[in-house]
Amino acid sequence: MEKKTPLYDTHVKYGGSIVEFGGFLLPVQYETGIKKEHMAVRTQCGLFDVSHMGEILVQGPKALDYLNYVLTNDFNGMKDGRARYSPMCNENGGTVDDLIVYKRGDNDYFVVVNAANKDKDYAWMKDKEAEGVEVTDVSDQYGQLALQGPKAQEILEKLVPADMIPAGYYTANFEGEINGIPCIISRTGYTGEDGFEIYMAADKAPEFWETLMEAGKEEDLIPCGLGARDTLRLEASMPLYGHEMNDEISPKTAGLGFAVKMDKPEFIGKEAMEAAMPLKEKRVGLKAVSRGILREHCEVFNDGKLVGHTTSGTFMPYLGGSYAMAILDADQTEVGNKLQVVVRGRSIDVEVVPLPFYKRDQK
Amino acid sequence: MIDPKELKYTKTHEWVRYEGDAAFVGISDYAQHALGDLVFVNLPEPGDEVEAGEPFGDVESVKAVSDLFSPVSGEVLEINEELLDAPQLINEQPYEAWFIKVGGITGEEEMMDAERYDAFCEEEEGNE
Repeated sequence: MEKKTPLYDTHVKYGGSIVEFGGFLLPVQYETGIKKEHMAVRTQCGLFDVSHMGEILVQGPKALDYLNYVLTNDFNGMKDGRARYSPMCNENGGTVDDLIVYKRGDNDYFVVVNAANKDKDYAWMKDKEAEGVEVTDVSDQYGQLALQGPKAQEILEKLVPADMIPAGYYTANFEGEINGIPCIISRTGYTGEDGFEIYMAADKAPEFWETLMEAGKEEDLIPCGLGARDTLRLEASMPLYGHEMNDEISPKTAGLGFAVKMDKPEFIGKEAMEAAMPLKEKRVGLKAVSRGILREHCEVFNDGKLVGHTTSGTFMPYLGGSYAMAILDADQTEVGNKLQVVVRGRSIDVEVVPLPFYKRDQK
Repeated sequence: MIDPKELKYTKTHEWVRYEGDAAFVGISDYAQHALGDLVFVNLPEPGDEVEAGEPFGDVESVKAVSDLFSPVSGEVLEINEELLDAPQLINEQPYEAWFIKVGGITGEEEMMDAERYDAFCEEEEGNE
């Protein structure tokens, strides 16, 4: 049985086309369509329901040691209100999930995980729980909205005092308040644009949605669905669990080495990852140079020799043209390498291009 | 302008417009709406044979690929090359945006008039 987020009725009211994703019924798009929703986020602003994401608390005097052991990133030296991205690996170096850890305070961390993996993650984390650590699944208590795009700050400033808005990317304010209702305001996102992810009590999510939509009227804020969320993250070349990584693909292969701190004395998956060096396969970007749309899970060839598989691919609304991410044999990953992707029996010429495909202009 | 009421429709949401002995084939407004923003079209070559009820090409949206089924059997006389560069025309003007012109027609699928097709779409909607 699929779950509904607290915003289900709101999606229906706004004309969302509802599909199942990660066990939840969510809009794939609204009447505006994926392309317009995508462009709104690149040029103005879009609002997403991401209440399906899971929230897990890690608390206790040993919480920091626990995170440093269970996750691949290093959580030492984090200040309160900071966020840090990390893969979570199994003993074989495969990826259990990728997630964001927020430090709320000493011995108190708020962890956000993928919806489809939440139960698996919680069971995994609970299993590793030791004396001095408590892991709690609080997913059902939270709704989450993502306000994404160059106008996000402007819109938020209409609702909260400027000093309540976290200034730095990957920082959060756990003492936020909109219309007198407490919320967490985090400067994070999954679109490649500036923006915020706002967490609130689940039953308050519809009210927050309407408040934000009203505040964003002048900025042409529109609701955006999962379709645009996927094209935006793909254009910004952000990996997605189940595509660029999974239980068998290590974060290093997926190009997430920056979040794997091999100099830590110990963490789950470290030995296997050390043994797997140098990498046999790596994630790359591909651009179609002949006609056709690249898709996920297609074979990649170099003159008839199988050299890897695409992991995500589609038409990119902002860049125009078709791009894919792929995991290829390490000797095929040089930028400019000319390859072929076979999509439903048809061969499409591609070229290895640098990642990310799209990067916003930093002010 | 083409009047959608004058066209015939298949259960797979293609429309047919006859001009003399030739048939123009496109997809309905209902279909383009259900498919979403189209970003790519694959069409046969002039001279290719198409068969009623069989795929003759496909359209791709950001999210998915969908086959196009030929309502008639015959030979492709012409393709609408404009769509190859501007697939959004199918979303914008589904009844102007024909895919193929078929001649030498030897057979056709069972088709509906506009009124029956509208009722058919409503039923499909209800079944979702």
